[in-house]
Amino acid sequence: MATLGELERAVMDAVWDAAGPLSAYDVQASLEAAGRPLAATTLLTVLSRLEKKGFVASDRSVRPYRYTAVAARADHVAELMHEVLGESRDRSAVLARFVGSVSEEDAAIMRRLLEGAG
Amino acid sequence: MADALVIPMGAIVWAAAMLWLVALLLAWPVPVWLARASWPMRAPVVALLVWQGVGLAGGLSMIGALALTGLAIAPQQPLLALIPAAAFAAYLLVHLAVTIVQVTRQRHRHLALLDMLSAPHPTRARTRVLDDAVPVAYCLPRGAGSVTVLSQGLLDRLDPDELVAVIAHERAHVEQRHDLLLLAFRAWRSALPWFPIAALADAEVAALVEMLADDHARREVRDEVLARAILAVGASGVSGAEVEPAGSTRGSDRFKRLVA
Repeated sequence: MATLGELERAVMDAVWDAAGPLSAYDVQASLEAAGRPLAATTLLTVLSRLEKKGFVASDRSVRPYRYTAVAARADHVAELMHEVLGESRDRSAVLARFVGSVSEEDAAIMRRLLEGAG
Repeated sequence: MADALVIPMGAIVWAAAMLWLVALLLAWPVPVWLARASWPMRAPVVALLVWQGVGLAGGLSMIGALALTGLAIAPQQPLLALIPAAAFAAYLLVHLAVTIVQVTRQRHRHLALLDMLSAPHPTRARTRVLDDAVPVAYCLPRGAGSVTVLSQGLLDRLDPDELVAVIAHERAHVEQRHDLLLLAFRAWRSALPWFPIAALADAEVAALVEMLADDHARREVRDEVLARAILAVGASGVSGAEVEPAGSTRGSDRFKRLVA
């Protein structure tokens, strides 16, 4: 049984891969084609969660409703990496990174260690 | 019976003076000495305990000094006299609360993005793979547990031993709840932006926490392996800038201790 997070990701992938706005039926068909059939009620729940989180927007002037991605996948990746790479001031409190950028000086120190060991 | 409990004025003045002395020592010379000392890089656990002690005792002695000074100035109106101390304490607590809310909100957003953009690691639990060429590894708390994120660029660049080092390092952050420690010092820094020592303490604690996590990794891999992993990730020229505040060189110490 896939988790809700996994379902959201599968639905988002379908929305991102589409050329234009999708109805829930389109999303369902796309998921089925990807080998991931999903009940309509579950799909609608996932879509409304995604809308609440600000990942998809729905056009309710037509029936059935049409869903589009609020931002491209690449934009979201950029937002994520922006936070990870420390351009936002508070990031060290949000997440703990393995290492930031190592200065030339420090890199030289470590290369010496590695040469000594090798 | 208002005069049942009368403390001699001399004692109040004396205690206030002593608390001011302690508060001033903990606010300036002690942190500066701690940041300059070289022993913390050899004993990061002790150093972190000392920093927590300095932070806590510094705040409490300042509140106490304000309270006693107020009582010394206006002994007839104790409620009025305690206003400065109460205001300072409330100011610090509000900043802690605001920082917690901000960081929690940012984490929620980050985790929601991660759910959409990363896939679970095929074999490792609580680990996700982000499809990006920049080599990064990080972890962040999620509920009672946490999630470790590795980028595809990192997986491509590191050999299995180096990956063990990275994961052991991140796991230490998670298991030892370093996020709570960092949060407290971040709150102190945001409460006192005009106070350079708060920024210094924040930077020192952040660097010491990295050393602690490194020590965890060094139990599983040789120092050379950890150094190789750090170089592969940090000296790749694509990772973001890390600006150290003036006065703290603890970031470099992290690498020097691998050489010794």
